[in-house]
Amino acid sequence: MKRIVIFALILMMLVGLAAPAFAATPLDTSNMDTAYYSRFKDAGITINVFNWGEYISDGRDGSVDINAEFEALTGIKVNYNMFESNEAMYAKLKGGSVSYDVVIPSDYMISQMIAEDMLLPLDFSNIPNADNVDPKFLNMTYDPENLYTLPYTWGTVVIIYNTTMVDPDEDVETWDILWNEKYAGQILMFDNPRDAYGIALKKAGHSLNPASVSEVEEATELLKAQNKLVQTYVMDQIFDKMAAGEAAVGPYYAGDFITMQNDNPDLAAAYPREGTNIFVDCMVIPTSAKQKEAAEMYINFMLEPEVGLANTEYIGYSTPNLATLALLDEETTGNPITYPPSETMEKAEFFLDLPQEVKLAMDNGWSTFRNDDEAFNFWLMPVLVVVALAAVAMMGIGRSRKKKVEY
Amino acid sequence: MRNKVLSAPYLFWMVLFTVVPLILVAYYALTGADGGFTLKNVSDVRQFSGVIFRSVWLAVIATLICLVMAYPLAYSMSRLRPQMQRVALLMVMLPMWINFLLRTYAWMTLLENTGLINQLLGLLGIGPLQLINTQGAVVLGMVYNYVPFMILPLYSVMTKIDQGLIHAAQDLGSNTLGVFVNVVLPLSMPGITTGITMVFVPAVSTFAISRMLGGGQNLMIGDLIELQFLGTSYNPNLGSAISMVLMVLVLLLMSAMNQYADEEKEGMII
Amino acid sequence: MKHLSRIYTGFCMFFLYLPIFVLIVFSFNESKSRAVFTGFSFKWYQALFQNDVILTALGNTLLIALISTLISTLIGVAAAIGINAMNRWLRGVVLNTTYMPIVNPEIVTGVSLSLLFVFMRQVLGLPIELGFMSLILAHVTFSTPYVILNVLPKLRQMDKNLYHAAMDLGCSPMQAVLRVVLPEIMPGIITGAFMAFTYSIDDFIISYFVSGPAVQTLPIVIYSMTRKKVSPEINALSTIIFLVVVGVLFISNIAQDRWAIETRKRLN
Repeated sequence: MKRIVIFALILMMLVGLAAPAFAATPLDTSNMDTAYYSRFKDAGITINVFNWGEYISDGRDGSVDINAEFEALTGIKVNYNMFESNEAMYAKLKGGSVSYDVVIPSDYMISQMIAEDMLLPLDFSNIPNADNVDPKFLNMTYDPENLYTLPYTWGTVVIIYNTTMVDPDEDVETWDILWNEKYAGQILMFDNPRDAYGIALKKAGHSLNPASVSEVEEATELLKAQNKLVQTYVMDQIFDKMAAGEAAVGPYYAGDFITMQNDNPDLAAAYPREGTNIFVDCMVIPTSAKQKEAAEMYINFMLEPEVGLANTEYIGYSTPNLATLALLDEETTGNPITYPPSETMEKAEFFLDLPQEVKLAMDNGWSTFRNDDEAFNFWLMPVLVVVALAAVAMMGIGRSRKKKVEY
Repeated sequence: MRNKVLSAPYLFWMVLFTVVPLILVAYYALTGADGGFTLKNVSDVRQFSGVIFRSVWLAVIATLICLVMAYPLAYSMSRLRPQMQRVALLMVMLPMWINFLLRTYAWMTLLENTGLINQLLGLLGIGPLQLINTQGAVVLGMVYNYVPFMILPLYSVMTKIDQGLIHAAQDLGSNTLGVFVNVVLPLSMPGITTGITMVFVPAVSTFAISRMLGGGQNLMIGDLIELQFLGTSYNPNLGSAISMVLMVLVLLLMSAMNQYADEEKEGMII
Repeated sequence: MKHLSRIYTGFCMFFLYLPIFVLIVFSFNESKSRAVFTGFSFKWYQALFQNDVILTALGNTLLIALISTLISTLIGVAAAIGINAMNRWLRGVVLNTTYMPIVNPEIVTGVSLSLLFVFMRQVLGLPIELGFMSLILAHVTFSTPYVILNVLPKLRQMDKNLYHAAMDLGCSPMQAVLRVVLPEIMPGIITGAFMAFTYSIDDFIISYFVSGPAVQTLPIVIYSMTRKKVSPEINALSTIIFLVVVGVLFISNIAQDRWAIETRKRLN
């Protein structure tokens, strides 16, 4: 026992002595407007930022620690939190009792949040770097007058597969591969309704944005059928599963594929012929924000060309920032997965906010399709409860009788 | 004694943070998104009978395995020398001090398709077997995390069984089975009931274990509730209704267990 | 029979410790692999000690555990004394409610508290936000019952006349409680506070539902780590926690032994 304690002490010392092996790359801030960024230097302000997981350069593996750089430059403290999907983010915000200053949701969720009065208009005079944004990514359908949003990154959904596990002759350029029984138990699927339904709808030959409840129901049936083949429903857990060769095939965001491929060169990606989803994730300020100006400063910082560069290089997503794009090398901008050719782009669709009854049908289908055990019928549960109640009552009676006999 | 007033702060706290929240759960379960009274949420819970049944089923299996595994262990522990008993007790409690998420994560790495167990099997020329993402993995995770909750109460009642009583039964002609059925089992009954509730309740309501070990097919009640509050199908009203069903299930079990142990219990053995 | 039981005990211990052992071994792995040991390295420990998120979460966890233990011990001890003085019927009602947070599935407690905080903010307009405050409130709520249930039996065992004797000798009721009752029930208070502390440190499910943007506890961070690209830092963290726990149990056992020997000496 004593030896363990001594060993632990030695270990602590070793760790303490060792030089930092994971030092982040410093960011060159010489070109930035110091006067603008030092406005809140000593104000002791804290902002809460809510972003997707694995979606910022955070200093790991020798990258730039963007939040730390922002803190050093502005003196504003950043509480950085992560969500797994648009829907989970929405639940946390809608549940109330939390306040965030900057949130980075996707297009369709932004429409919904604008419709529900959950966002504040941005003060563009406070965000000079908005000029860096590619006009192609402004005034989008989710924010027609571009009052609330500035884009963070954009990307598409691709099919990621392990070349050592998928048959070389397999047709990977179709969503059908996610329903292929040959890969039962080795298929991963999106753990959020919009992406999962989008794929099922595309497979069924519809638009990503279902026009009617019956289209949604058709997709629900497809997802139900797929459930038996799916190993597990994932968001960022897919990084590990694909890198370790735990699963053969799964759909995910193109930018993340670049990261996965760095960890496991056996991975490849394909664009399905049926068409895929193109998305833009934007920085927005929710109505619960307490530090709007500091939040705008954060958004401005994210649009700095060098910050965008560090971010794009680390997370692999495509940038809507023209100034950053100019700094990227040919190899990155020429990658057909992150900057796909025009024929892929033409077939790609944005998610749009859906009519209420369609959205309801989707929510309902999503929360019930994994409960596909038809062996248990609708009335089983109430009957079971009644039986259990009766059993407890019987036991109670039996026991009190026994007691009477004993006395 | 006029010290009743001393409990006033606690009573206030209890009402505000225990009673009122439960009333709120019932309130949310019985209202719709628009705030009007409705029974729709409660009746919608029937849609999930498959999930509820599976949760109860897996929790029952896990509880039984815990009981079967812990009973002999607790008995042999209670018959050790006092010094050794303390060591054994510490050994059982030690893993409980590590957060259950870390322990479950450890099993995740062991059970993976490319994990350690499958690699060992590979060396022997077997496999790879599908271990993770199965119901078996979920049950294993529950057993591993909750078996100490079964061992400890069993052990504590068994240390109270007088060795003399066992000898007396043997002297009076009882065989091993007879001693077990007529002496040890009845005397350890309170430990069994405590153990069953302490394993079943967390097992039936877990969401992290099934999430980490269960894969896509093994949704449980806990997952369902989490989905409605913080997950991808935001609907706190339905979530509250499912929570109520879960509470009823657990209270039913508790009252069933109380039929056996009706003396006023204070201070559980943890 | 004896051999059989030894073998069985050994098997159970193997089952209990195998995963922990694997975690520890792979915390020293050079590569990120969870199945192949490629070489010995301390680099995940270094990474861990530079990980601000984990270190801050650790600080939060300890702070929340300390504050909530303090509050729940104060409230709980006072409550136990009060409950002990109640009549049978009232005591029954209070005790049954006290059991609620213990027997109720944790997820229901978590959900109900999160609903309460939302209700307080949205309907009553109180400035309650999910964060440090809500975590403390929740932790006090689920740990106070453990204090009460550990103190009550000690109160029962105590000779009631002690209290009255103290009063007869000129103590005010408050003095009687502080000078006579408290020392008698001290062991129960210590066990209760200790349990409150460990439950607070270990709690994931309830904290998960009531935590906000600014304050995360260690279990919440661990959970989010398992939901993303997993880094072996998590193994290093487990190893350190394991060593700390072994250390604490070891020291507390020695202390107990010493104490036992001292008392025996004194008795002799």
